[in-house]
Amino acid sequence: MSKSGIAIFAENLRALPRHLRESFVRHDRPVSARSRSQAVFSNLFLHIHATRTHLQSLRLTATFGLGIAATSCFIILLVTGVLLMVYYAPSTSLAYDSMKDIHFVVPSGRLVRNVHRWSAHLMVVVVILHMCRVFYTASYKTPREFNWLVGMGLFIVTLALSFTGYLLPWDQLAFWAITIGANIAGSPRELTDVLGITAYFDPGGFSKQLLLGANEVGQDALTRFYLLHVMVLPLAFAALIGVHFWRIRKDGGLGRPGIAQTAAGKGADTDPNLPTLPADAPTKTYGLMCVVAGKTAATDLEIDETVPSWPHLLRAELVVFMACVFLSVVLGIVADAPLKELANPNIPENPAKAPWYFLGLQEMVSYSAFMGGLIIPAIVVVGLGLIPYLDREDDPPGVYFSGRNGRAVALKSLLFGVTAAVLAVAVPVNFGWLRNWFPDISQLWVILVNPGSLLTAAYAAWSIRTLQKTRSTRLAAIALFTCFVAGFLITTYVGMNLRGPNWDFYWSQSDWPAH
Amino acid sequence: MSGRLESEPIARRDFLGLAGLWTTAIAIGGALLGMVRLPKPSVLPEASRRFRLGRPDEFPPGTSKVIAGQNVLVVSKPQGIAALSLVCTHLGCIVSKNEAGFSCPCHGSAFDGDGRIVAGPAPRGLRWLQVSAAVDGRLIVNAGNEVDPGTYYRV
Ligand code: HEM
Ligand code: FES
Repeated sequence: MSKSGIAIFAENLRALPRHLRESFVRHDRPVSARSRSQAVFSNLFLHIHATRTHLQSLRLTATFGLGIAATSCFIILLVTGVLLMVYYAPSTSLAYDSMKDIHFVVPSGRLVRNVHRWSAHLMVVVVILHMCRVFYTASYKTPREFNWLVGMGLFIVTLALSFTGYLLPWDQLAFWAITIGANIAGSPRELTDVLGITAYFDPGGFSKQLLLGANEVGQDALTRFYLLHVMVLPLAFAALIGVHFWRIRKDGGLGRPGIAQTAAGKGADTDPNLPTLPADAPTKTYGLMCVVAGKTAATDLEIDETVPSWPHLLRAELVVFMACVFLSVVLGIVADAPLKELANPNIPENPAKAPWYFLGLQEMVSYSAFMGGLIIPAIVVVGLGLIPYLDREDDPPGVYFSGRNGRAVALKSLLFGVTAAVLAVAVPVNFGWLRNWFPDISQLWVILVNPGSLLTAAYAAWSIRTLQKTRSTRLAAIALFTCFVAGFLITTYVGMNLRGPNWDFYWSQSDWPAH
Repeated sequence: MSGRLESEPIARRDFLGLAGLWTTAIAIGGALLGMVRLPKPSVLPEASRRFRLGRPDEFPPGTSKVIAGQNVLVVSKPQGIAALSLVCTHLGCIVSKNEAGFSCPCHGSAFDGDGRIVAGPAPRGLRWLQVSAAVDGRLIVNAGNEVDPGTYYRV
């Protein structure tokens, strides 16, 4: 006798929990390597990992987990940021009060705000360190040039996120830092004014108005910064992270010593055992064959040195993530994010300091806004981006400093970079600069010849000297990169600790004049 | 004839495909180009920068007074009345008055009593602003209008 309709339904009802589970978890219990691999590639979020990971990539010193740490900070920032948005009101008349509410009234609002602030700082630190690790291990080399550029994009978006977030509390710190920042965007006027062409060609005024929607920091600026901070930049960041990770997989996982350096998709060329293709073979077929021959063959050869990504990689990632959460929360409990008085367009903060990672820039800007705020950063960004294209030597990736010579060059460059940066700060502090010596000097000279531009030129000269002496572009790149790291550290330290009211030099904050 | 068309004939299908692709690209590109004009304001949201100072006899020669909330310094001399903008020409902080002239808290620019740059990164001296009188004789400053340094309004 056939079952009744009710019985069929009751059976389905009984099987409901099992069917639900089976549709959510589409693989066996993750106890064997096979079922774990299945788990990794049948899950959208896990499948950004390869099912197996090379042992060398898992070593702590290979990455120090820095990329994952940056990703973790981003996740923390997303969660805490959405929570802050529940109360924050992006209007000049409400923003400050809503920040105060979050800080003093909203349940756990203060902690959420502090964690958001601290993981933002942490993220900047970690991204810079990550870039250093990628650079010093030569991991930007073929085929990873493109991913280096994607990384540069992530770096810039990270800084832009911090900068736009800085305005939102609408306190004194926010208002004056953004006033200065927006005027830096307007600083090409320095040059166009000297040349007398501002009336016809005014890129400075254009970019400033684009940023602020006005000539001064006000409601339009707040609206724009809010839009960028909560929508545009996080979306751009998420998209770039997607590309970054996808490229890591397509470039054959992390670079490591001992694998052949092959350009993406050109694997077939370098393998002498493959039959050569006739010159007139259709290119489409050629491309397909390369993918198959290049990647699969390589993975097969190395299979012994890999371990399943679940649990080895996932566990490592979880540890890094938890470390970031732990650090942000502990710092958030110990130290409050600052909230100064309500923004007042008539009284600047004295000293008005940007967030720490922009203080090196502020030091440069205190010599010339146009040179220090736009030209030098542009040179640095373009220079960093071009590294993989100008240094084509095939050092194996994953070896710090590419060996002993590189270590020596890095050490010497560190000394040189620190000395030059200290001089660049000390000379004007003690002896003044062009305008103190020749009061009527043209602004053109102040723009062109100032401690910032001289420092940049000295670093370039040092790198060229290294290139001449060693005839190695990799060593010259190490020299230049190390110099800029040194310059960044010194100027940031000076800006943080040695600059007081009127941007004057003080050995200690206790020497600041009392007002 | 030995033009390129002869040596590399393009298939009709390819031609139509390319034509379609380029038409789409130009249409979308043009639309985007039209839209990126949006963030550049054509009318700035600012209030008028003209404000009333008061009667000339409130500023006898020798006075020098900061107008609260306007970031403008009014100086009165025997040769007339002038207004100086206190917005630093470097990056827009507000300079403060001292014995020697003016100094900026942000990056240490210094100006003499007439607003000429003497030290620091500011590219030029402080702005002198237009002073005029309304029909009732009261003084008006237009902070949006710059005049040559050394211009005094004769009462
Ligand atoms: C916001 C930031 C960033 C995030 C979230 C991120 C994330 C990651 C992650 C998770 C990895 C895997 C290996 C590791 O953990 O080190 C990685 C690798 C890599 N990153 Fe980034 N990254 C960021 C910024 C950058 C920057 C600024 C650069 C350089 C300009 C860069 C260039 C690279 C390159 C070339 C690799 C491949 C390295 C190799 O094969 O060894 N990334 N990134
Ligand atoms: S804003 Fe006045 S010195 Fe920079």
